[in-house]
Amino acid sequence: MSNFVSEFKTRATEKSGDVRLRQFIRKALSGYEVARDKRKGAFQSWESARQAAAETKWEAINHLDTHLESLVAKLGARGTKVHWASTGEQAREIIAQILRDKKARSIIKSKAMTSEEIHLNHALEKEGFTVVESDLGEFIVQLRHEAPYHIVFPSMHLTRDEIRDLFQKELGDAPSNTPEDLTMVARRVMRQKYLTADVGFTGGNFAIAETGMISITENEGNARLTAALPKTMITLMGIEKVLPRFSDLALFLPMLATAGAGQPMTCYNTMYSGPRQPGECDGPEEWHVVLLDNRRTELLADAEQRDALHCIRCGACLNVCPIFRNVGGHTYGTTYSGPVGAVITPHLRGLQDWKHLSNASSLCGACTEACPVKIDLHHHLLQNRRNASASQPAFFEKLAYQIFGIVANEPKFWWLAKKIGWFTQPLQRAVKGFALDPAKAWTKTRDLPPQPRESFKDWWRNRQ
Amino acid sequence: MTVTLFIPCFMDALYPRAGISMVEILERLDHKVVCPNEIACCGQPPFNSGYWAEARTIAGPVLEKLADAEAVVIGSGSCGAMVKKFYPELFKDTPHAELAKQVAARTWEFSDFLASKLGVTDLGAKFPHKVTFHDGCHGLRELGIKSAPRALLGKVAGLEFVEMKEESCCGFGGTFSAKFPMISTAMGEVKCAAAAETGAEYIVSSDSSCLMHIQGLLSRQGKPTKTISLAEVLNTR
Repeated sequence: MSNFVSEFKTRATEKSGDVRLRQFIRKALSGYEVARDKRKGAFQSWESARQAAAETKWEAINHLDTHLESLVAKLGARGTKVHWASTGEQAREIIAQILRDKKARSIIKSKAMTSEEIHLNHALEKEGFTVVESDLGEFIVQLRHEAPYHIVFPSMHLTRDEIRDLFQKELGDAPSNTPEDLTMVARRVMRQKYLTADVGFTGGNFAIAETGMISITENEGNARLTAALPKTMITLMGIEKVLPRFSDLALFLPMLATAGAGQPMTCYNTMYSGPRQPGECDGPEEWHVVLLDNRRTELLADAEQRDALHCIRCGACLNVCPIFRNVGGHTYGTTYSGPVGAVITPHLRGLQDWKHLSNASSLCGACTEACPVKIDLHHHLLQNRRNASASQPAFFEKLAYQIFGIVANEPKFWWLAKKIGWFTQPLQRAVKGFALDPAKAWTKTRDLPPQPRESFKDWWRNRQ
Repeated sequence: MTVTLFIPCFMDALYPRAGISMVEILERLDHKVVCPNEIACCGQPPFNSGYWAEARTIAGPVLEKLADAEAVVIGSGSCGAMVKKFYPELFKDTPHAELAKQVAARTWEFSDFLASKLGVTDLGAKFPHKVTFHDGCHGLRELGIKSAPRALLGKVAGLEFVEMKEESCCGFGGTFSAKFPMISTAMGEVKCAAAAETGAEYIVSSDSSCLMHIQGLLSRQGKPTKTISLAEVLNTR
C-alpha cells in the first residue's frame, strides 16, 4: 500500500469518527444548500443554465488552442507580459525570477488555488520572500501553517473561538470571537501589508479570449487592493480557465456565485485587461500573467474525461459530497479535494498513487447532479477505477472476481455457495467483528443480516 | 405480458421475501412471471471495482439469457442501473454492444415498472405504520426514479408517509463499504439519524442492499427503527 493511501485511510478513519467536527461541517454545508437552492430559483431555468454553461466550456476546452492564442495576443497588445509554464516548477521559477528582477521582498496575495497546486508560498519563503495571504480564510490557515480545508471556504473547519485564540497567539490581538472584531483585527494587519508590498499576486477565475481580460471574483475586496496598490502584479492561472466571449460572464459570474456559495453574485467582480495605461491614475505599472499547464494537457488528451477541465472551482461538488462531509478537506492530502479532486488528481499527480481517491466513493452521484458545468464526475471515478485496475490489477481482488464469475455463472456452484453461507453463519457469528472474522471490515460497526435457509431460487424451484 | 424477473444475488440469498413479494404482486396483476435459474448476478461488484473484463464474464451470459425477454424487471435500482445504464457502456465496441442496448431498453426497475410502465399504483396493500423512504442513489440518479415508489406508497391503506429532511447516500456503495468501512459507517449514521428524526417506524426502500447497510447499523446500535423492502409493503393485505 502506498504512503498516500495509508495516510488517507488513517486520516479518514480519524476524521469520520470525529462526530463533533462532522456535525459542524454538515451544519455549515446544509446552510449553504438552503441558500443555493434559493438562489437557483432566481435563474429562469437552472437546468438550462447548466446546459448552456457546459456547452460554452465544451467549446472553450475543445478549441483551447485558438482561444489561448487570442487571449495572449489581446493581453500582450495592452502591455501585459504573458508567460507559459509547462510544470509547477517552471511556474515557480518564472514567478521567483520576476520577484528577483524587481528586487521585491514582500508579496501580498489574493486567493489562488493554482498557487497551492504548485506550492508557491513554500518555494518563495525558502528564497527569503515574505508572502502574506489577504483572503481572510487563507490568512487564517496561513497563520496555522495549514493547507486550505476547502477550495472556496479555506478555514470552514475552524470555530470562531479557535480563530480568536489563533489571533491572540499569532497577532496579539482579538477582543472577542465576533466576526466583526476578528475581521477588524485581520484588516488592521493586512492594510499595512498592502502598503509595504512590492508585488501583488492573484489567481484568476475566468480569462476572456475575445477581449483579453482576466476576471477575478471575490467577497472581501482584497483582490482589488492586491491588484491596485503594489507596482507589480502577477497573476497565475490554469490554461483551462478560458471562456470564449465577454458575454459568457453574464452566465458564469452568477453561476459561480450560486453554485459555490449560494450567493446571487459574488461581491466584487473585476475585469483586468492590462497594466496602468498612459493617462490612467491607478493600477500596477507591470502585469505578468503566468499560464499554467501542469498536466492539464494530458487531461485534455483524454477524450473520456476532458470535461473535467470545465471545472470553475466553485466547490459545489465538495459541498454536497457525503465523503467530503464526513472526512473533511485535509484528509485528501491534495490541493483539490472532494469529487473533482478525486477525478483530476490521478491525472495531475499519477493514477496509481491517487487511485484510492476514486475508490473512496459510494458513487452516489450527488456531485454530478450539483456540478454547474455538468462534469460527469462520478462516472469519471468509475473510469479511473477501470484504468487503474487495467494497468495494475490487484492480484487477490482480480482472482476473487474471477472465482466469483465462475460461481455466478454456474447455478450448481451458486446454490452450493449459498448453502455454505447458511451452514457457516453460526461460526461467523461466534467471531463477529474480531480478527478471525472474514467479514470484519463490515461487522466491526454493522451487523450482517441473518441468511434464511430457503433462498429465493429455492422457493421458486419448489413452487414450479 | 411475460415478465422476466431478475432477482439480484444478495436478494436471492438474504432477502427472499422481497423477491417472493414481487412475484406475487406481478402474478396478481395477471402477468406471467419467469425467473431464469441461470442468472445469479448482474456483474456490478467487479464492474464498480474497475474489473470490467471480469464483469463482462458475468454480464455476457446474463445478456444472452435476457435476449428474448419481453420485459425485464429487476428488484433493485442499483442492479437495474447496471443493466439499463452501464451494460451499454460495458459492452461498447464488443459483439454484445447491440444486444446490450436492446436489453437495456426493455429493462425496468420494479417500482418504475409498476407505476410508469403498467400505470398501476393501487395494489390494495394495507400497512398501518408510519414510514419514510430511502432512495438508493443508483435508482434515483442513474435511472431518475423518484416519484414511482412514492406514488405506490401513497396508495397503501393506513400508511403514514413522511420524507426525510436530507436526501443522502446510506454509505453502502458495494465494495466501498468494506474498503472504507469507517467512511461508509459515518455516512450510514447520518442516514439513520435523518430517518430517526422523522419518527418513522419503518425505513422503506427499493434497494435491499441499502437496507442491509442501514439495518446493519440500526441493529448494532440497538435502534428501534426497522427496515422493509417496498415490495413487501406493497404485498401486504
